[in-house]
Amino acid sequence: MTATAPSADERLTRTSPLRRLLGRPELGSVVGALAVFLFFALVADGFVRAAGLSTVLYAASTIGIMAVPVALLMIGGEFDLSAGVMVTSSALISSMVSYQLTANVWVGVGVSLLATLALGFFNGYVLTRTGLPSFIITLGTFLMLTGLNLGFTKLISGTVSTKTIADMEGFSSAKALFASVLTVGGVDFKVTILWWLGLVALASWILLRTRAGNWIFAVGGGKEAARAVGVPVDATRIGLYTGVALAAWIAGQHLLFSFDAVQSGEGVGKELTYIIAAVIGGCLITGGYGSAIGSAVGALIFGMTDKGIVFAEWNPDWFKFFLGAMLLLATLLNAWVRKRAEATT
Amino acid sequence: MTQPARNTGRTPLVELDDVSKHYGGVRALEGVSLEVHAGEITCVLGDNGAGKSTLIKIIAGLHRHDTGTFRIEGEDIRPASPREALDRGVATVYQDLAVVPLMPVWRNFFLGSEPRKGSGPFKRLDVGLMRRTTRAELLRMGIDLRDVDQPIGTLSGGERQCVAIARAVHFGAKVLVLDEPTAALGVKQSGVVLKYVAAARDAGLGVVLITHNPHHAYLVGNRFVLLKRGRTIGSHTREEITLDELTRQMAGGSELDDLRHELEGEGL
Repeated sequence: MTATAPSADERLTRTSPLRRLLGRPELGSVVGALAVFLFFALVADGFVRAAGLSTVLYAASTIGIMAVPVALLMIGGEFDLSAGVMVTSSALISSMVSYQLTANVWVGVGVSLLATLALGFFNGYVLTRTGLPSFIITLGTFLMLTGLNLGFTKLISGTVSTKTIADMEGFSSAKALFASVLTVGGVDFKVTILWWLGLVALASWILLRTRAGNWIFAVGGGKEAARAVGVPVDATRIGLYTGVALAAWIAGQHLLFSFDAVQSGEGVGKELTYIIAAVIGGCLITGGYGSAIGSAVGALIFGMTDKGIVFAEWNPDWFKFFLGAMLLLATLLNAWVRKRAEATT
Repeated sequence: MTQPARNTGRTPLVELDDVSKHYGGVRALEGVSLEVHAGEITCVLGDNGAGKSTLIKIIAGLHRHDTGTFRIEGEDIRPASPREALDRGVATVYQDLAVVPLMPVWRNFFLGSEPRKGSGPFKRLDVGLMRRTTRAELLRMGIDLRDVDQPIGTLSGGERQCVAIARAVHFGAKVLVLDEPTAALGVKQSGVVLKYVAAARDAGLGVVLITHNPHHAYLVGNRFVLLKRGRTIGSHTREEITLDELTRQMAGGSELDDLRHELEGEGL
């Protein structure tokens, strides 16, 4: 502990713009994204063409939509292992409710929204009530949802996938919202890219410019300190889980309306993808630090690596290796950033 | 000795009268009384396990007392949460829990009471005001930060305590409860913190200073309450007691004499 007289402060706190930039949570991921981009631009034909980029952006957006709330949750100090299968659950609920009631698909979409938000609320509520680690609670929800997805689908439709709802009322308008294709300058872009960018902007706004954002950082960075100054810690955490559920609903509706039927076994393993995207994007796994934009860059790295390997005509088995290496590098960088931020002098 | 040391006729900001607290079969506090007046510092001294933490938790609204009365400005209360105590003007600054280290200084300063501007969905933090106010309030306490955007974890322990105290003062606390503010600090930083405690007192706040260091207590205190194993073993105003006597009582008083006799006896 260094004795620090107030008069010595200027000396300690002088920061150059470069140093300030180094303190941004996204920095590591942006450098990583540039490196991955250059790498595939050099080795893979067609990667930098507009059609190639549109494919990459689509792949990134399907991960990115979920990586945004998962990153917020991680900044708030918690995990959600049920995020991947919750997307499938949400799609299944829409599909089955619409089909069984032979109602307008928007009824199913609406019921699905309420049911999915309830799932998120359940995760958050059990966490705040029991005080158990979120790893265990959401692992439980993950397993239960996996079982329910398969069980209910088989029970109702007799197979592992739902029946097509493509001929039902409201399908085309719902498809326009969740799974349409926009053509800009002769290139096709999936609408999920807009959902993704919208969510990133919304999450950044919440995180940096609202009271709730301040609470999210505080809950993840020092729960007891936050409680002591009157931050509603439990409400904040429940809100974060409900946010994950909201994004799971959006991603789930995309899943349903782009294929008109849903495979009930989908989504397992995706939860880790979202967490990895958030971590590569600079979120501290222990909470209190990170950004929504970082999670978007993390998702972009995912999309580029995934599609870049295809464009380079490599065996896609290499994808996992790249991902692992990226994750390790990102975590090392984060650890270094944290040490800097927490150093007392 | 358990009576409040002096009855001045003024209504104390905070008054505990014969307060007891049990946790199951464990007696944590038994018949403890103290009063805190505006512009005065009441020091609570005691060794580990004396009941200091329990006392602070009752005043902060984290725990409720079992028997006795707890008055804030003459009104009997049993606060149900730290928020309720806070709303009544009692702000507590904990030694380890004062701040969130990874958050910028200005976000920490306003945590839990963030000012906002705009309306509807565009209601947002008034970041400019938050930054300016943080800088100005810290400057007023003599901490000159060039950059209120740095994580508060980069400040020294003493400065972090001072930010927490400045925050409580800014938000209109009438009573400041400080839990061992100097325990983890070096000599020089302790001095800095005590200076701010005195500044808060001079600004008209009532201060409860929890400490096990009689030297620190005597530097700034007006009243001294000594606790031992949950009971009051002494309650004095500054005029009634010297530092030596305070230190002696704190160190165990007559027990210490016995120990000295014993040790001297063995030495012979």
